[in-house]
Amino acid sequence: MSGGAPVDLLSIGDRLVARAAPGEQVEVFVARGDSTEVRVWGGEVEHFVSAHSEGVGVRVVSGGRTGTSYAGTLDPAAVDEVLMEARANAAFGTADEYAGLVEPDGVDTVPIELWDERLAATPTEDKIALVTELERITLGLDPRIRVDDADYSDGGGESAIVTTTGIRRHRRANSCHVTVSALADDGDETQTGFGFSVGDAPGDLDLTEAARDAVDRATRLLGATKPRSRRTTVVLDPFVTAQVLGIIGSTLNGESVVKGRSLFRDRLGETIAAPGVTLVDDPTDARAFTATDVDGEGLAARRNVLIDGGRLERFVHSGYSARRAGTVSTGNAIRGGIAGLPGAGCLALQLSPGASSQEELIAGIDDGVLVQSVSGIHSGVNTVSGDFSTGASGMSISGGALGAPVREFTIATTLQRLLLDIAEIGADLRWLPMRAVGMSLVIGDVTVSGSS
Amino acid sequence: MRTGTAGRGREGPPSIDGVIDSDVLDRVLARAVRTGAGFAEVFAEDRRSTSLAFDDGRVDRVTSGRDRGAGIRVVNGSTTGYAHTSDLTEAGLLAAAEAAAAAAGSGGAGERVVGSVGSRTEGRRHSPVLTSPGDIAKSDRVDLLLAADDAARSAGSEIVQVSAGIGDTRRSVLIANTDGVNVSDEVTRVLFRVSAVADGDAGMQTGYRSLGHTVGWEIFDTVEVADLAADAARQALVKLAARPAPSGSMPVVIKNGSGGVLFHEACGHGLEADHIAKGSSVYAGRMGELVASPLVTLVDDGTMTGEWGTAGVDDEGTPTQRNVLISDGVLTDYMWDLLRARREGRTLSGNGRRETYECLPMVRMTNTFVLAGPHDPDEIIAATDHGVYVSELGGGSVNTATGDFVFGMREAYLIENGRITEPLREGNLIGNGPKVLADIDMLAGDFAMGGPGTCGKDGQGVPVGDGQPTLRVSSMTVGGTAA
Repeated sequence: MSGGAPVDLLSIGDRLVARAAPGEQVEVFVARGDSTEVRVWGGEVEHFVSAHSEGVGVRVVSGGRTGTSYAGTLDPAAVDEVLMEARANAAFGTADEYAGLVEPDGVDTVPIELWDERLAATPTEDKIALVTELERITLGLDPRIRVDDADYSDGGGESAIVTTTGIRRHRRANSCHVTVSALADDGDETQTGFGFSVGDAPGDLDLTEAARDAVDRATRLLGATKPRSRRTTVVLDPFVTAQVLGIIGSTLNGESVVKGRSLFRDRLGETIAAPGVTLVDDPTDARAFTATDVDGEGLAARRNVLIDGGRLERFVHSGYSARRAGTVSTGNAIRGGIAGLPGAGCLALQLSPGASSQEELIAGIDDGVLVQSVSGIHSGVNTVSGDFSTGASGMSISGGALGAPVREFTIATTLQRLLLDIAEIGADLRWLPMRAVGMSLVIGDVTVSGSS
Repeated sequence: MRTGTAGRGREGPPSIDGVIDSDVLDRVLARAVRTGAGFAEVFAEDRRSTSLAFDDGRVDRVTSGRDRGAGIRVVNGSTTGYAHTSDLTEAGLLAAAEAAAAAAGSGGAGERVVGSVGSRTEGRRHSPVLTSPGDIAKSDRVDLLLAADDAARSAGSEIVQVSAGIGDTRRSVLIANTDGVNVSDEVTRVLFRVSAVADGDAGMQTGYRSLGHTVGWEIFDTVEVADLAADAARQALVKLAARPAPSGSMPVVIKNGSGGVLFHEACGHGLEADHIAKGSSVYAGRMGELVASPLVTLVDDGTMTGEWGTAGVDDEGTPTQRNVLISDGVLTDYMWDLLRARREGRTLSGNGRRETYECLPMVRMTNTFVLAGPHDPDEIIAATDHGVYVSELGGGSVNTATGDFVFGMREAYLIENGRITEPLREGNLIGNGPKVLADIDMLAGDFAMGGPGTCGKDGQGVPVGDGQPTLRVSSMTVGGTAA
């Protein structure tokens, strides 16, 4: 928040990298960003958070030992201290022949526009008006509806990566989204639903779609009961599919593979999914919320086919996991912020879509459950053993049509089974504020646990 | 060879206390309410952390860092404006105060004059720190990680992978507001975790143990990390022979000190005043009513010595305290933050917390637990004909508006004919808060606190503790795959 022209992030990186000792590798990650969050309740602004964050993270590799350090400021003295601290920390790492920074690999970045000047130029009042309107539309759709929260969020920022190995990248991106969570009342009963819309700029946001999703999800659950326990077919709503794809992606992470923690570690080239399943990680698709032109180590982000027609084709790698696996980085280094080391991970997952709408998929199912939301996906799914069990709510499916609402049940299978049991994939792509795109997914032979 | 920074002055306990003078706070708060807002607050924080991670036979991550900054909150009518800065000079704080005031909007009441914040007090130290983590050499931390790896791998040849981490956070905060609060507090947290992977004929299984306290490094004088590691390995090995968990409703017995998350989810979140005020909790409007089995007395206590959710003051400067939320099954109070308590005319309970200076405070739990009951743990198992015994729960989540909640079983067994028998694979349990609380039909006398937890709400994670005696829920839905 100090005055004057903003410091050039690349020059901070250049300055630190120039101070590398002989034989020492240094990577500097510098980031700066601003975000806004507006919550409206009862027609008034409940809170307005205006945030500016900045920081630097440094990795030093020396004699095969790695150390990192970070600071939440770009103050020059603090930045210098981070380099010294990372260097000191490296002395305590274990020497590892695979440790090191990536080098430029000759792959060009795919030009995608991640910065929208319209968002950067949007006045505060317009953001408040937008979310006030979202609450108003939601309340107007059904007399049984109350709004729990209506939120507008945006974020924009830039980052730079500079290394002694010749990486020098700068990146700038922004985006915004609205979310609304609705409560539907009927007597003593209350049910909940949410909706959201994502865009490059406020003008792209579809408030009516977000409101309608929230209202439909909440009202259609009114009167829900526990379904009877059985093995049956489930249809995952696009939002649920995106969460499940995120979990599947984590089992294809090269770092888990080289450390023996992936349940698919020995399965490259084998059939691990139903024949119709093609899973791609494509951060170069500008429609993805997590689209990017560079990865967390400064290599070009790229399209990687992970599963092709059911066959396991590839794991995603960072520089480190790739060296250990005897291959090259797939441009999949991920950073969790300024602190720590980049790991390997999927950036923007997509399943190749099928040809049917959700309604058409349901029409082909005699008995089943449409799962509209899941809970406890992190407590009930183990990506090492493959056990999969989550809480769920949704609608029963009977004779090809939606029936009564159901809640307070679990769906359970294993990740291994789930991939093989994918019966159909919807055409209904939904771009969500997540690392995977959503679409309806039909999975056969899942255990529903509800009433006995 | 460098010896690291251990023991040097700049690694000593950081204090924000000396960084911002009280007269600067007066001027910043005055600026924040200049346009007529009714309340303003400065929350300043200096947090240093060190963490070492061991994985796959190597110390693979050695990280340290520092976050320092201040958040300024301005409340104008029903609107809260918030801005933060990492620039702790008076100019930086004034700029953030202007931004927060602008975000809160104009109060229209004209200029407001505020008094002085007065002299500064210190939060009470509920957890003494005998040895500051800042005085511990990184090489000593490495030794603990090596000991854990060795112990886990020695537990059996099927152990194929071990990872462990050791970290500490030293957090110093300063909170001042236009109500005259001017308080500083320091909390040191030390965390150790270890996980093991076992590989058998039916695939891989995992085991996990963790330890976290608001104390200094002296915790490792009394706790052997090797024991925790051996137990994580034992858990993974036991599960190699596990059968799929059952599917359907049945009695569930939860071991002492392993399942406080049940109450955290089944009713803790639902008793937070923000959910109550918005009518998005099944416990809204039920004060004084029987909301649980008469066996249940539920307490939230931010003063417990050494526990993970303990602090001297909450993140609004209110001293933490012991709050009885449910007494013999009757709902006696909700948990409050400053704004909700003011609006409803309630007494502050010390539950206004935030993850960092970049975040708005919210109503949050601290250490939440159920007191001991009349039964004997063995008697509870013997009285259960067919059910599930959970000896360690994983995480959970809740929908406060419906009361539906889930939590994972990290280690569980079948109960058959009053005896614990075969181990079960992992899965979630699902239930409805008010119904599960009413269905607690046996509660033992063996109260114990559980491991450290991180509670997430609106994207913010804060450290929380939990605890309970061995107990039985007469019926819950077990989400396995076996008929």
